[in-house]
Amino acid sequence: MTASAEKAEKRHRLTTRVWHWVNALCLLVLLMSGLTIFNAHPRLYWGEYGAHDDYAWAAVGSSQTLGYVRVGETKIETTGFIGNWRDSDGKIQTWAFPGWATIPSYYSLAEGRRWHFFFAWIFSIGLTIFMIRSLFNRHVQRDLHVTRSEWRPSHIWRSLKDHLRLRFHDDGTVNIYNILQKFSYIGVIFILLPLMILTGLAMSPAMDANWPWLTDIFGGRQSARSIHFIGMLLLVSFFIVHMVTLALAGPFKQTWAMITGGKREGSADA
Amino acid sequence: MRKLLTRRSLITSAALGAGGLLIGCDALSRSPSFQNILASAEDANFLVQRALGDRMELASEYSIADLSPTFRANGTRDPGTADYAESATQGFANWQLKLTGLFKKPQNFSLSALQSMPQRTQITRHDCVEGWSAIGQWTGVPLKLLLDLAQLQDTAKFLVFHCADRLGGRPYYESIDLLDAFHPQTIMAHRLNGEAVPIENGAPLRLRVERQLGYKHAKYVTGIEAVATLDNIGEGKGGYWEDVADYEWYAGI
Repeated sequence: MTASAEKAEKRHRLTTRVWHWVNALCLLVLLMSGLTIFNAHPRLYWGEYGAHDDYAWAAVGSSQTLGYVRVGETKIETTGFIGNWRDSDGKIQTWAFPGWATIPSYYSLAEGRRWHFFFAWIFSIGLTIFMIRSLFNRHVQRDLHVTRSEWRPSHIWRSLKDHLRLRFHDDGTVNIYNILQKFSYIGVIFILLPLMILTGLAMSPAMDANWPWLTDIFGGRQSARSIHFIGMLLLVSFFIVHMVTLALAGPFKQTWAMITGGKREGSADA
Repeated sequence: MRKLLTRRSLITSAALGAGGLLIGCDALSRSPSFQNILASAEDANFLVQRALGDRMELASEYSIADLSPTFRANGTRDPGTADYAESATQGFANWQLKLTGLFKKPQNFSLSALQSMPQRTQITRHDCVEGWSAIGQWTGVPLKLLLDLAQLQDTAKFLVFHCADRLGGRPYYESIDLLDAFHPQTIMAHRLNGEAVPIENGAPLRLRVERQLGYKHAKYVTGIEAVATLDNIGEGKGGYWEDVADYEWYAGI
């Protein structure tokens, strides 16, 4: 690569930027409409079946006076937040997730499903295009590929310590992503996001007829539903860490770079 | 820089953002034209799912060991009418299944006639749109056998299932297309787990259309009407829940 070509290169390529924001919108709508769907039956099981009388490994309890989340045998009271909360009219509602967290904000399983499936298509197509494009424009090979030196435990340990000290930039390297960023981005893009699509499809009765192996590999429809929900929690955790590191690393500069492309660090003029 | 971002301001701005988003989303949800855009994804689901496989793929079948301890009932648990109650006390001996509409030879089957025809037994998973599932063993006469006797006219495109129960004052009904009607797992079931179908699960006759969600599986079926279009039935969306709560007509996902 010539110096001038390198100089002209953006820190984030156009595909990465467009996908990032399309994906952010999709995941937000998918999360909130997914909570509407979850509200129709706020219990999670393992295996092929599970209904109201069966043991749920996680459940939301609701009444006019109490709301709680139960995971295994541990009950956490969530009155006022989950299972029992006040709507904007001050009326107590007893569906699991409150209106401010769901799309639509009122309870409609049919509308929640419409939002969810429409944005699931955009999300899936977007992810597929991003993956293919990232292979061809070498985003994967150059920015996400973990080099041999990065695999050294000492390197990972040093990066971990830097993070804990809230130092986010590996000094003197041209990589735009450090090893922990690479691990989390690879994990999210190539494992977690595809897993969300596959576990989603595994819950569909027609897909179960067409591709029974898909439901089988997750251990049944209810297991797929549980994994889909856990995957959602992991994505929310990723989002929170993403926001905290963004806030600490300079939110305006970083966000601006993700909109305009920014300038690649370590390029010819650095 | 770090001081700018307090926990309070983060929460406030997140709540404002979410609030704005929700007002927008609710407005869009209530807009019929936006609903049509969202619903286009359902058409895509239907087309893609129908394009996969050979269109006659069977839903997964299970063994006796996989049966769920109880088979949950949803929707109507008892039609509650005098006629139905009387029929139940007689073990549904007078129950009739009428095949009407676009048939060359409309038929009228008694329950015992249906029971004496060739049967199919299948252990399948019932997937509710709400998210729960139950596994049950269903025995019944394949719908195809009934359709062969009644002989569909060429203009018939859908089958409408009329039911003895009413929900919220409206008669329950459902509909499927001919591809699902002739599917080998589509049966008019009269036995669940080796017993007569319990009243709460749709006695004496329930449609099983295994590759779709639970609300398609009409209970207390009294009639099957062959039609060219669903426009003139109910509110024209093809089923009770479709009319009342905007559920999708195609319930494969």
